[in-house]
Amino acid sequence: MKVLMFGWEFPPHITGGLGTASYGLTKGLLKHDVEMIFVVPKAYGDEDQRAVRIVDASDIPVNYKQKNIQEFWNKLTYLEIGSNIRPYIDPEDFAQIHEDVKHSIKEKEHLILGEKYSFSGKYGNNLMEEVARYAMVGASIASQYDFDIIHAHDWLTYMAGIAAKEVSGKPLVVHMHATEYDRAGEDNINTEVFGIEQKGMKEADRVITVSNLTRDIVIKYYDIPAEKVQTVHNAIEPANKTNFEVQRSVKEKVVTFLGRLTFQKGPEYFVEAAKLILDKDENVRFVMAGNGDMFESLIKRVAELKIASKFHFTGFLKGDDVDKMFLLSDVFVMPSVSEPFGLVPLEAMRSNVPVVISKQSGVAEVLKNAIKIDFWDVEGMADAIYGLLHYESLAKMFIKNGVEEVDNLKWEHAALQVKEVYQRVLALKEK
Amino acid sequence: MQSVCLYFQVHQPYRLKKYRFFNLGNDHYYYDEYLNKSIVERVAAKCYIPMNNLLLDLIKKYGKEFKVSFSISGLALEQFQEYTPHVLESFKKLADTGNVEFLAETYAHSLSGLHSKEEFARQIQLHQEKIKSLFGQNTQTFRNTELIYSDEIGAQIADLGFKTILTEGAKHILGWKSPNFVYTNAINPRLKVLLRNFRLSDDIAFRFSNQAWSEWPLTTDKFVGWLDKFDKKEQVLNLFMDYETFGEHQWVETGIFEFMRNLPEKIINHPNLKFSTPAEISKEYQPIAPIHVPNTISWADEERDLTAWLGNEIQDEAFDKLYSVEKAMNGCTDPGLQKDWYRLQASDHFYYMCTKWFSDGDVHEYFTPYSSPYEAFINYMNVLSDFHIRLGNFTAKRESEESNNRNMLQQQEDVFEMLQKFTNVKFSELVKAWSVEELSFLYYESNQALRDKILKVIGKKNFKQIQQYRESTQSLSGRELSNYKEKIRQKIVVFN
Repeated sequence: MKVLMFGWEFPPHITGGLGTASYGLTKGLLKHDVEMIFVVPKAYGDEDQRAVRIVDASDIPVNYKQKNIQEFWNKLTYLEIGSNIRPYIDPEDFAQIHEDVKHSIKEKEHLILGEKYSFSGKYGNNLMEEVARYAMVGASIASQYDFDIIHAHDWLTYMAGIAAKEVSGKPLVVHMHATEYDRAGEDNINTEVFGIEQKGMKEADRVITVSNLTRDIVIKYYDIPAEKVQTVHNAIEPANKTNFEVQRSVKEKVVTFLGRLTFQKGPEYFVEAAKLILDKDENVRFVMAGNGDMFESLIKRVAELKIASKFHFTGFLKGDDVDKMFLLSDVFVMPSVSEPFGLVPLEAMRSNVPVVISKQSGVAEVLKNAIKIDFWDVEGMADAIYGLLHYESLAKMFIKNGVEEVDNLKWEHAALQVKEVYQRVLALKEK
Repeated sequence: MQSVCLYFQVHQPYRLKKYRFFNLGNDHYYYDEYLNKSIVERVAAKCYIPMNNLLLDLIKKYGKEFKVSFSISGLALEQFQEYTPHVLESFKKLADTGNVEFLAETYAHSLSGLHSKEEFARQIQLHQEKIKSLFGQNTQTFRNTELIYSDEIGAQIADLGFKTILTEGAKHILGWKSPNFVYTNAINPRLKVLLRNFRLSDDIAFRFSNQAWSEWPLTTDKFVGWLDKFDKKEQVLNLFMDYETFGEHQWVETGIFEFMRNLPEKIINHPNLKFSTPAEISKEYQPIAPIHVPNTISWADEERDLTAWLGNEIQDEAFDKLYSVEKAMNGCTDPGLQKDWYRLQASDHFYYMCTKWFSDGDVHEYFTPYSSPYEAFINYMNVLSDFHIRLGNFTAKRESEESNNRNMLQQQEDVFEMLQKFTNVKFSELVKAWSVEELSFLYYESNQALRDKILKVIGKKNFKQIQQYRESTQSLSGRELSNYKEKIRQKIVVFN
């Protein structure tokens, strides 16, 4: 079985959970003898290629006049996109985006000349334009390679998936890692993104969601028939052994939030919970690691609550810094308002940190050794954190059982379920 | 003749309200009063009242031939008094028939037997007193919380004067042996041990309404047919179960009440069967052998062990923290603290913290008011923390009172010591400045050496006055004593 898989990013070039998940999945699929062609825009050349053959979309020549693509291009509504919905992007990346925009203007000229053109590989201002161009590349690839089934990850790649399906006639599976409802909240839906998501799912032969939470959203808001949607929970890669030790420099206990500072992640609830705890117990420090559009309002709120001396912002952390942060933490909190899955708590548990997670997260469906609260229940969240900090046995128990639990959440198992989805889709096609 | 022994357990814990850590030190009411009241009222309407009435009818109908036994935890009795006094009246009526034996247990339905012999004994006594005052019975039979039993627990129960104890006829302690005989405690053979026939008991308590069960529906004929098949040498058929089986666990629609209404007739009319209470069985039958239970058993879950309440990390920490104040509670006379002390000991709180149900035992989920064992633990620990704070305050207050008293004593001695240092000449001058009252105080509150000194300088006539004055006055309060002392001290200072 051979799969043409469309992604947007691949390790080590990752801005969000999508890259991590698609990497884990491809590795898991390989164990079940599934071959893959993984398409990402702009492969940097240092990606881990043990798992898949990565085709850099930039390496595929696009013949503008090729008939199928021409048709697709005609059907496609070209969308300009405002800066307010840039997913997975941090303020630090502003400069880079600016560069990208300059690039794309040049690249447009290339396109018209019918040549290869280059993708920025990052989510940016010109996202919609890139989505459209990626779709054309998708069609081009589909006509040149041999495969049995198409698998597209998240809305950014859905147009590519649809184009590939049209060109090849092979079945399409789309994978919902997040929905526009999670990213923006019900009142700020970007209808264009929503449209692409819906179109992708309607055109697909099967939809995979990363949690039942996401499955419910897909059925309820996108009007996708329930029997077409199947949940395959994400998993986690086994831990790399960290060979560094971190010296604790503060005597207080440390409670950590790690994620983008956006509406979706609920950072403001973490701040309010911190206030409740600090009122009762001064021997705690709170760390907020991440960046995002709520950064300034959160700083203001922390100052207003007069807890700034015990509440620290680290900015965006990656790589070893994340592992170090976990080594310093006594409790990890994920108060997400809407989290399709949520990988970070699993990483925390793997590093012996007990976790408090919101019930509005997909990961809450699979985890037993975690305290689960409603994201808005600030008192419950504070109580859970306080309990973990003060009643020793609870943290001990979570650490002991949590590591074991996370070790059993293997991509191998998730990949097998995905393979079964492929098999069902292919069997249906044969009939 | 074989005896059928019906024993029902009645218990309701005081469930805790949601108690957050920021309530610590401020809020000292721990219970979800609405929940507790509504549960007791509901169970009263569905089970206690209809079933008590049914038993009363049966006793009226069959007289001495129909008997049952109960144990009702102290916490359940408290709640009946508080929320449903008519339930208590109804149990009193049952007691008045003389056909009902009330057993002793720990007042708080606690696990104290696993922690401390002293606390265990205290709670049993408290429960015995409660049963005596409400139902006029001196208890002779004991049943421990959740039928928890071991050779050692049995031996202590024997030492406390009980003749009989109830426990589970667990497979792993019986082996090939039958639960249908009277056994004795392995350490003290004077204590008889009655073992629950779990198969027959659970046929009624758990399987009665299970339509997937091959024996469903269970009729009284079928049930008595099973009893009939037992070896005639066997002595007893112990049917021990939660009283809430009737109407609460098995709903009225299942026919459980009809079953119980008709069962006695079938048993009484059977030539080889009769009803007996545990105390009667204990008198009537010769025990056949000691039963060895070196490791503690209970009637809970498949394992019949303690893992429903103790053994995981959070249960053990909560248990240790609870009993860390046992000693302090011994000296505590505050009625509010005492009440909470018992309510917090109920085994239910630990049951809610059990993590076994992650893999099995939906029974646990059915009984817990919490959405997870972790939530149960945090809530309990918050409450316990506040309880410890209050107890700490109480103890500190008492200690400071005691130390005040000690200080007063210290100061008093100081006055006396000062006086002893005076020469007789100076002392007699000093005494002239004192009133009869002061002299009287000084003489009677001081030591012998000072008394001699006083006698020497004042003469017999004056001494008589002091004596007369003393006889005419009431004993002095602490405040009056310190007032006198202070006056004398001032006079000494002035004189010097």
